[in-house]
Amino acid sequence: MQPILEVRDLQVSYYTDAGRAMALAGVSFSLNPGEKLGLVGESGSGKSTMALAMMRMIKPPGRIEGGQVIVDGINLRDLSEQEMLQARLSKIAYIPQGAMNSLNPVTRIGAQMADAIRAHDRAASKQEIEERCRQALESVDLKPSVLKMYAHELSGGMKQRVCIAISILLKPKVIICDEPTSALDVVTQRQVMETIDRVKNQIGAAVILIGHDMGLMAQFVDKVAVMYAGRLMEVSTVRDMFTDPKHPYAQALINSLPRLDNKGVFQGIPGLAPSLLRLPPGCAFHPRCMHAMEVCRTTVPSLVTLPGERTVACHLFSTKV
Amino acid sequence: MSLKKILGRLLFLILVIWAASTITFFIPRLSPRNPIRERFAELARIGGFSPQDLETIVASYNTKFGLDKPLIQQYFDYIASIARFDLGVSLNKYPKTVIDLIMESLPWTITLLLVTTILSFVIGNLLGAVAAWPRAPGWLRSLATPFVLLMGVPPVLMGVLLLFFIGFRLKLLPLGSAYSTGLVPDWSSPAFIWDVIKHQIMPALALILGSVGGWVLSMRGMGVTIQGEDYVLFAEHKGLSGYVIFKDYYLRNALLPQVTGLALALGTVVTSNIVVESLFGLPGLGRVLSQAIQANDFLVIYGIVLFITIAVATLMVVVELLYPLLDPRIRQD
Amino acid sequence: MTTVAISQPDVLRPSRLVLVLRYLRRNQSLVVGLLVVLALAVFTIHGMLTIDPKNAYPLAAPPKLPPSAKYPFGTDFFGRDLYAAMVVGLWQTALIGIIAGAIGTLIGVFLGFTSAYFGGAIDAAIKGVCQILTPIPAFLIQVVIAGSIDKREVTIYTMAFIVVLLAWMNPTLVIRAQVLSMKERQFVSVAKLSGMGDLGIIFQEILPNLLPFIAAAFVGQVFSSMFASFYLAVLGLGPLREPLLGNTIWAAQSQGAFFNGWWWWPLEPAIAMVLILGSLALINMGLDELANPRIRRTE
Repeated sequence: MQPILEVRDLQVSYYTDAGRAMALAGVSFSLNPGEKLGLVGESGSGKSTMALAMMRMIKPPGRIEGGQVIVDGINLRDLSEQEMLQARLSKIAYIPQGAMNSLNPVTRIGAQMADAIRAHDRAASKQEIEERCRQALESVDLKPSVLKMYAHELSGGMKQRVCIAISILLKPKVIICDEPTSALDVVTQRQVMETIDRVKNQIGAAVILIGHDMGLMAQFVDKVAVMYAGRLMEVSTVRDMFTDPKHPYAQALINSLPRLDNKGVFQGIPGLAPSLLRLPPGCAFHPRCMHAMEVCRTTVPSLVTLPGERTVACHLFSTKV
Repeated sequence: MSLKKILGRLLFLILVIWAASTITFFIPRLSPRNPIRERFAELARIGGFSPQDLETIVASYNTKFGLDKPLIQQYFDYIASIARFDLGVSLNKYPKTVIDLIMESLPWTITLLLVTTILSFVIGNLLGAVAAWPRAPGWLRSLATPFVLLMGVPPVLMGVLLLFFIGFRLKLLPLGSAYSTGLVPDWSSPAFIWDVIKHQIMPALALILGSVGGWVLSMRGMGVTIQGEDYVLFAEHKGLSGYVIFKDYYLRNALLPQVTGLALALGTVVTSNIVVESLFGLPGLGRVLSQAIQANDFLVIYGIVLFITIAVATLMVVVELLYPLLDPRIRQD
Repeated sequence: MTTVAISQPDVLRPSRLVLVLRYLRRNQSLVVGLLVVLALAVFTIHGMLTIDPKNAYPLAAPPKLPPSAKYPFGTDFFGRDLYAAMVVGLWQTALIGIIAGAIGTLIGVFLGFTSAYFGGAIDAAIKGVCQILTPIPAFLIQVVIAGSIDKREVTIYTMAFIVVLLAWMNPTLVIRAQVLSMKERQFVSVAKLSGMGDLGIIFQEILPNLLPFIAAAFVGQVFSSMFASFYLAVLGLGPLREPLLGNTIWAAQSQGAFFNGWWWWPLEPAIAMVLILGSLALINMGLDELANPRIRRTE
């Protein structure tokens, strides 16, 4: 099966008054159609930057400095401004984190869905547009009457579902969900995640779920990718990641999850994530790593493929020394 | 539209009128010297008034200024007459009543006011919105600065400069008054209308050039705030063109608070309009006012003050009541 | 799990001075505005120290002379040395602006703050009064007041007073809005929770955050005070003997200066007025950017 999404060596930097911060230092991974990838990491690890970079929405003082983002065979970085506008929503869509405020407060929902369609298909008739909007709303379990409503008349969960509906309007190949449930209560969370699952199956898209709720990841995704200081540390199937993480950072993350059978003992990860302005030489994690070796201080580990479709960036697993 | 709200606004109007009346009542009593008495004495000296006329004038002034009655009495009489819409008679242009004078000159003032306010609002807000929009071309964005600079030129000064350079030196546009001397007003003739328009251009320019800057600044501030909103970002994620985002997501939201600002700015807009009018000799409220000031025609002056106050306050209330039409969040379901 | 000692690598930050200079380079309106104000201030102060103020009043010099070496700004119909008149005029205009501006800002800060911080009836009262007074055309009232006072009693201080009388409502409402939004913000709740008393919160938490807005309000007040006093003077309602810039223009207009060919007489104060007001507008624009950091990013 050809992967529907291939990210190769994506690099993004932010140029600030205090210097250059490498938000993404060469990230590579791929996704097959219908696959769900969970992207986890601490704040500042580069997760949201990754989403923005894939949508080519990095703004100054940030810049995409290298790499490729190939969706359905098309390298998004090769596209012109106009073509990229077209590609957004039709090839790769984004569900925002704060749906509370992501809808225009002064226009009706229907108008906001319609302009998305019209931006990509100027010839669409009014009936066509309305029909597609209804269908999209149906997929997320919302009544067509929502089309006439304003954003402030909807609940948090409904707003999030409207955003999901908008994201599937043009049946994109890849959907990026940026912490879609962080502002919602657990019941609504479940509703939203089930909705995302359902629509994904309907249109056969690949989904990237960005977040730091490991519990959510465990229930929802097929693969988990762990990021740290702008790099991918490990990508494994969800089962493998939770039962047998290979990268020391991933291990520490899994170990820090509260367990029902180990009450009262919390294990954090000592130290702080490094400033992106001054990354440590070699492996970014080595100052906090229990297994740090000499080579870790000098050389950046590259991603190595392990049996079972796993990749790890750690010198413990490097075939070469 | 809740009844409570409407009543509240009505109360506001009444309070404003009361405050303005009280202020105009007390001002002439500020200095120990009594300008009204002096004026009467002067009038009596000059003569030219029949005994009946003098009676009417004195009676009218008595209600307003009740010069020999105790202060409280004077005050109540004054407020009562205002409530009756009795603004008194003009001293200078007797037998015209104050209201007559105001109504005659009003059409000229209103047209100038409408044209200049609308144009300044539209141009200023557009420029301000563009100035804050990073994707707009640089030269367009820098247009904002000269207008902000022009804020420093009071419209009356601008009027003087325009008069001198364009009117006097270059002789491009007429030097003042509503239409060329000697022309008989004929509103059905396009030639006349064009003549009137020519006479309005410089006064309008004088007013517009100085007030655009204010809108530019406030809109720019608003625009920057709106740009940071999540819904603008999401609009980009949807792949909408810059033009659509500018129009439907950015401008529509940023303009809302500006409209309330318009209501608030009305007070200053009206007064600068009037001053420029008087400079250019247009037959609007400005001329009535400046003639009244020179002739110490008190009732006219106070009448105009009250009239403008009521007009501005009413407009503010109207805008406030109409606001829910623009902003769906405020509408009562 | 052993704890690994971490020392956070030092992030190199450029020095304060460099950051300020870089910022000034981006915020050109602020720089230009400040420079012009500085130039005017230098001109005025140098002038006040070197000229004989008597020359700014009538009969000091031969009248109606165009600019020359002896009288670099010429003289007017009444025999004022216009150079001296400009210097004294600028000084007086500045005085009015600063006095009225300061008083207006102080009132605004005091009332706005009290209103927002203590809320309830006080808030309703202050806000109500401000709102009711707003539609009243301040300028007209000022004209009426100025016209009612004995001409001989009008000094620049009375003018400042008249100007302030109806100008304090706007800063009050603006400051009030700012304090209201700050009151709700978390840093105030945190301060309260840590036991800081009201006074402490006011002076240590809220006021420092209000400073940019107070500065902007002050500049705005100075601007509108100078504007208003200029208007009054231009209509002939100012202290007529004083060489206030507006007075000079009024006097020139009433003597038909342009048509008599004495172009320098009204032109000089006009230019000076434009410079002052324009630079203040620029500073206001610049302060706008300072208070709203997001504007900087769009430059």
